[in-house]
Amino acid sequence: MKKNLKNKIALIIAVLLIFLYGIFGIPSGLSGKALENALSSRIHLGLDLRGGAHLILQVVVSEAVSAETDNTVGRIQQDLKAANLTYSQIYKPDPNKPETIRVEGIAPASASAARSLLDTKYSSEYDLTGGGSDTSLALTMKPLVEKALEDKTVQQAIETVNDRVNSLGVSEPKVAPYSLGADQILVELPGVSDLDRVKSIIQSTARLEIHAVVGGPFPDETAALASVGGAVPGDQEMVHGSGTLATGSDADSVYIVQRVSVVAGSDFRSADSSTDQNGLRDVRFTLTNEAGDKFYDYTSANVGKSMAVVMGGRVREVANIKSAIRDSGEIEGSFSPEEVEVLSKMLRTGALPASLNYLEDRTVGASLGADSIRAGVTAAIVGVLVVMAFMLIYYRSSGINADLALFLNLVILLGFMGFSGATLTLPGIAGVILTIGMGVDSNVLIFERIREEIRAGKAASAAVDQGFAHAWVTIVDTHVTTIVSAAILFLFGSGPVKGFAVTLTFGLAANLFTAVYVSRVIFEAHLNRLKPGEMVSI
Amino acid sequence: MELFHGVNVDWLGKKWYFLAFSMIFSVAGILSMATHWSHTGYPVPLGVDFRGGTEVQVQFSQTPDVARIRQATVEAGIKDATVVVYDVPSSNEVLISLPEQNNESALDSGRQQIVDALQSHYGVQFNVRNVQVVGPTVGKQLEKQAGLATLYSMLGMLVYLWFRFQLIYGIAAVVACFHDTLITVGAFALTGQEISLTVIAAILTLVGYSMNDTIVVFDRIRENLRMSRREPLADVVNRSINQTLSRTVLTSGLTFLTVLSLYIFGGPVLKGFSFALVVGILIGTYSSIAVAAPMLVAWQEWRGEQGKAAPLPAAKRAKA
Repeated sequence: MKKNLKNKIALIIAVLLIFLYGIFGIPSGLSGKALENALSSRIHLGLDLRGGAHLILQVVVSEAVSAETDNTVGRIQQDLKAANLTYSQIYKPDPNKPETIRVEGIAPASASAARSLLDTKYSSEYDLTGGGSDTSLALTMKPLVEKALEDKTVQQAIETVNDRVNSLGVSEPKVAPYSLGADQILVELPGVSDLDRVKSIIQSTARLEIHAVVGGPFPDETAALASVGGAVPGDQEMVHGSGTLATGSDADSVYIVQRVSVVAGSDFRSADSSTDQNGLRDVRFTLTNEAGDKFYDYTSANVGKSMAVVMGGRVREVANIKSAIRDSGEIEGSFSPEEVEVLSKMLRTGALPASLNYLEDRTVGASLGADSIRAGVTAAIVGVLVVMAFMLIYYRSSGINADLALFLNLVILLGFMGFSGATLTLPGIAGVILTIGMGVDSNVLIFERIREEIRAGKAASAAVDQGFAHAWVTIVDTHVTTIVSAAILFLFGSGPVKGFAVTLTFGLAANLFTAVYVSRVIFEAHLNRLKPGEMVSI
Repeated sequence: MELFHGVNVDWLGKKWYFLAFSMIFSVAGILSMATHWSHTGYPVPLGVDFRGGTEVQVQFSQTPDVARIRQATVEAGIKDATVVVYDVPSSNEVLISLPEQNNESALDSGRQQIVDALQSHYGVQFNVRNVQVVGPTVGKQLEKQAGLATLYSMLGMLVYLWFRFQLIYGIAAVVACFHDTLITVGAFALTGQEISLTVIAAILTLVGYSMNDTIVVFDRIRENLRMSRREPLADVVNRSINQTLSRTVLTSGLTFLTVLSLYIFGGPVLKGFSFALVVGILIGTYSSIAVAAPMLVAWQEWRGEQGKAAPLPAAKRAKA
């Protein structure tokens, strides 16, 4: 019995040490400062406590779908041309349905040939309708393919945003899918309070694209429209651009370009800023192999024509194709140093596959965070002290049991936080305070029960035995129900609710051990010292 | 030291008072929510995280003149801005809010406008402490999520109690929790405090607490039923409540103290959270005695009147 008790005490001390390690790690010293540093490196504070920015971004996935179908339009044009099949136009009829492509004006004689050609080449990704004697065909991207493309787009956007945020030197950023809405991203940037700079980098949704120029620059849209006979054809589009790059003036100018880009976004492998022979800043880029081949075909067929570098929906530069280019080139122009930096950083980190919209933006100043920590910790300490003092007064020596159990409960809870890398938020501190409440409840349940047993005339050790046995059933029920609801909060909650659920769950689990096991062992140690017939102090 | 030794109160004899009390508060809660609904379209004042909109919390180096700030925003052409002194006046903090922006791409412009307007009036004498910009999409998502989380957690507890006790126990406990939630949310509508995401966490906690209290009483009822099968249920329930009364009062009292400490020292960010708990713990303790336990007895009496065999709603399984 005594040996058994020693083992139990050893176990409790071991648990205490393990979780103290969880809280502090191996501190560099035992001074207050060293302990504080050790603590802050183990326990991760949420943005509401340390200050920082929290953003929710919406990925406009329809843009990626649209880009993909644009690409397909280009490929279909090539395929039909190669097979000598004539058509009047290939276009996307509805801007709100970027997944649908129409091929119109196919000669009736070649309709079935065109259909079977498109069927063999595109049926794995598109549903084909029409054809036969009809002169038009419609291709609609399969829902599964579209979903996969959208998921990939979000994934790519996350990687890109992550790279960009990292290139800014933000410590411990978090970029992850946001589970509440479709195609949304959560970005957390600890310590960032000036969002403008960060946003300009993250939001440079600017897809970099190179388009073939059909006409321009025109001084305004009317002139541009006049040049194409009043309406822009389906396979072309009108793009504005500041004249800065082309003409050296700031005036707005308008270009008509081919809708399908020659190279775009993910075709770029790398980009760096450099200086050309005239001492002007430019951006050197390299293309992926596949895109290089495509670019070579295009440039060799179009020597002497113009191509437009379009970024963020604006023409940034118009270049004359002097000779065939394969996989590397320069974007010239009077870029500002910042522009070159942003551009090359963006290209290096990969262009975003689609635009991002801000849905939510919360910034907590570091000073407010510090105030919140102080308030939360003060509240917790005052709460614990009041409870501990009360237990000592009300239950005399047994109050020591409860207080020790409570203390160990807090150590285990914080140790869990340290080990698991979970984040402590302000509602999390509230969860800690509520854990204290539950911890006290278990002790009160047990002690009141022991008192009842003593009143019923039981001897000290029997009363303790019975008290624990009866209270245990209740404690399990109350803890399991609360853990069930905390787990549901964790699964369905986000942000503050989640932080609260985490500490509450850890705290309750720890409480099952401390309030029942630890308190019991202390009672046993106490009972062993009692003289026969003496009562426990409760 | 000992309180409540040998208490012998006939709780069930007072059930009509309890019913009247609960009805008054529930109806008051529902009425204030209805009033609020007719004014704003929402049953309770919603925080910016649900409502959507822009909130900028600014700390000034001197006591801010709200009228001057309001004028600054009007001059800068910002529409519908509300300016209120935040928290304790001595902290020199002001909360400037804008209603929801329907255009998600222009979400951020409000914040910039406010900061610019202040900058032109105050130079560097202020410090932006907290900014929340929430678009309509996210607000709606959160609203739905919070509702679902509450519903699921109640369901989860109902199922657990069904498994551990009997269905009627689960239903009684959930009804008591619903009663508490209704009254607490009603208190928010009545006092005009905003329900934010953190407050939802508090309401869920109070659901857990109320459940906790109820289970302690139910557990004792189950235990007593096992020992004295011939005693009328009402007497068993009364005795169980009395036996656990000292624990109920102690725990609730101590938890109330910790929550009170949170309310006093927790700072403005946790104000709503601790308010919900201060109200919720009082109501939750009351409901486990005055709502949940009488429901068990009422159910059994009703079964008796129906002429059905009236099994005591004892535990399915016995564990000691």
